[in-house]
Amino acid sequence: MSTYLIAEHKDGQLKKASLEMLSECLRQGTQPTCILLGHGALEAAAGELGKAGASKVVILEHAELASYSSEGFANALYGYLSKQSPSVIMAGASWQGKDYLPRLSAKFNAGLASDCTEFKLSGNSATVRRPVFAGKCSQAVSFSSGPAIFSVRPNVLAVGGDQSTTPQIEKVAADVGQIRAKVTEVLSSGQKKVDLTEADIIVSGGRSLKSADNFKLLFDCASVVGAAVGASRAAVDAGYAPHDMQVGQTGKTVSPKLYVACGISGAIQHLAGMRTSKVIVAINKDPEAPIFQKADYGIVGDLFEVVPHLTEELKKLKANS
Amino acid sequence: MNIIVLVKQVPDTETKIKISGDKKSIEKTDVKWVINPYDEFAIEQALKTKEQLKAGSVTVVSMGPDRVVESLRTAIAMGADNAVHVKTDQPLDSYLVGKTLAEVVKKESGQLVFTGKQGIDDDQAATFGFVAEFLNWPSASMVVKCEIAADKITVQREVEGGTRFVLQMPAPAVIAVDKGINTPRYASLPGIMKAKKKEIKTYSMSDLGMASEAIKTVSADYALPPERQAGKKLSGDAASQAKELVRLLREEAKVI
Ligand SMILES: Cc1cc2nc3c(=O)[nH]c(=O)nc-3n(C[C@H](O)[C@H](O)[C@H](O)COP(=O)(O)OP(=O)(O)OC[C@H]3O[C@@H](n4cnc5c(N)ncnc54)[C@H](O)[C@@H]3O)c2cc1C
Repeated sequence: MSTYLIAEHKDGQLKKASLEMLSECLRQGTQPTCILLGHGALEAAAGELGKAGASKVVILEHAELASYSSEGFANALYGYLSKQSPSVIMAGASWQGKDYLPRLSAKFNAGLASDCTEFKLSGNSATVRRPVFAGKCSQAVSFSSGPAIFSVRPNVLAVGGDQSTTPQIEKVAADVGQIRAKVTEVLSSGQKKVDLTEADIIVSGGRSLKSADNFKLLFDCASVVGAAVGASRAAVDAGYAPHDMQVGQTGKTVSPKLYVACGISGAIQHLAGMRTSKVIVAINKDPEAPIFQKADYGIVGDLFEVVPHLTEELKKLKANS
Repeated sequence: MNIIVLVKQVPDTETKIKISGDKKSIEKTDVKWVINPYDEFAIEQALKTKEQLKAGSVTVVSMGPDRVVESLRTAIAMGADNAVHVKTDQPLDSYLVGKTLAEVVKKESGQLVFTGKQGIDDDQAATFGFVAEFLNWPSASMVVKCEIAADKITVQREVEGGTRFVLQMPAPAVIAVDKGINTPRYASLPGIMKAKKKEIKTYSMSDLGMASEAIKTVSADYALPPERQAGKKLSGDAASQAKELVRLLREEAKVI
């Protein structure tokens, strides 16, 4: 059985999702070969994988891999992996993994299971479980031929303890083939935002926020605990928040440790995107709002009064710990 | 430019999901079927592109049982010129759909493909990539802006953390669109009349050379998530509610 884990990094800094998958493989008694793609300065990321228990890291190197491209990544990975007869290939279900894995699967003439929340390695394959209908239900998926290729949702699996392994590092000159779709510019919105899908805590606001300015209330609260800020579709449609903040069936599916819904009614499409959160808090002035049916802790009240108090209480907590 | 739009028919987002008896899918009897919301953005983008280029045609393609024809007619009512139905009742996966649709694109001499970034039923977000690879075309997903000039395509792709990538690629290409790229138009009355009469081209799997192809992933054991129980409601004024909440999150739930 040969299992390959495609680790992800941002400017050499390893993504936590990679460690989550690695730890889960090790818990199941499988030592995967970890793969990093890039151009130079990946020793730190490889070392981090080693610390988490990886014994082998392959670095696919090419100048064109310094920045992400679906063609470059898929070509480089296929060039290397097709010579290894892999039985399992996994990657994080990030904007990168979700982008190049369909291509890689097509190259292998294999199937793909996206955004899995569980995987079980067995024999020469794997079975996975993945949410469908934005989490309204889930399905088990098995692979009838070819390598089992799947992506794993960040923030679901636990990271294991320090193993302090020194990995064997192999550097391979990658063949990136033809890259036609190229990044010509990176636009940043200015604010450094916490990734919604990777956030441990999300504070979310609905239509009731009434303006984009009022969202500042939520950003203030979120920043105390390093949380991300989300929004309902009604808030996005009203222009109070950009659509990359939308949580729900036609937005992001999130599963943070803590989800605080402020002035969100709890429509089925919104619940679909956040129901797997570990703890849900609802702040809503309507005691009959459906969100309370799903909330572990509910506050019936005006968010414009409650949230500033909450921010103060969180500040106190942080000051004392 | 022959623009192809790949459209999936999915259960309406209001659908209360029930699991079928054999647990191999969801119960489909009471489902209201609609065009996948992300594909509506793709149809709109295709129509806009055609209008802007003042030439070409928009062909919508959908795969599945006879019921998907209704979604194709909706797309024609919105303004699409042609529709193709790949008629099949067999189970599908991203691999088989991607490979089959790539064949349709070839048969229809497609020069540009639009589709939604994801179907809101299976949430695989994979069709665009399979199609692009089987056609050996460049692609971009999560596209929130798309400009086409001659055969150069410039898109903006939304990635996490408030960052956008600007990408350039030559046509032909596969563009998978995200919410926010446009506002889909409603069907017009003349459009609805036209859609009723429009002949829809039908392909079988064997017409496309796919008769011996099979799915590579098998789904089973559908399950509903455990129902969440309504929890505690906190009492008092706003200040004491907030204080109690922070205490509970710290001491009971241990999440902060
Ligand atoms: C195809 C489709 C896809 C959709 N996808 C999504 C999706 O991905 N995500 C999503 O979120 N929605 C989605 N929706 C929309 C969804 O159906 C709801 O309309 C939306 O979630 C409602 O947003 P809301 O809770 O902010 O607004 P509302 O439903 O208007 O609720 C506002 C809530 O705020 C409360 N409130 C008002 N003022 C205050 C105050 N001062 N303090 C405290 N509480 C207050 C009210 O009691 C109410 O409960 C989709 C709909 C469709 C048809």
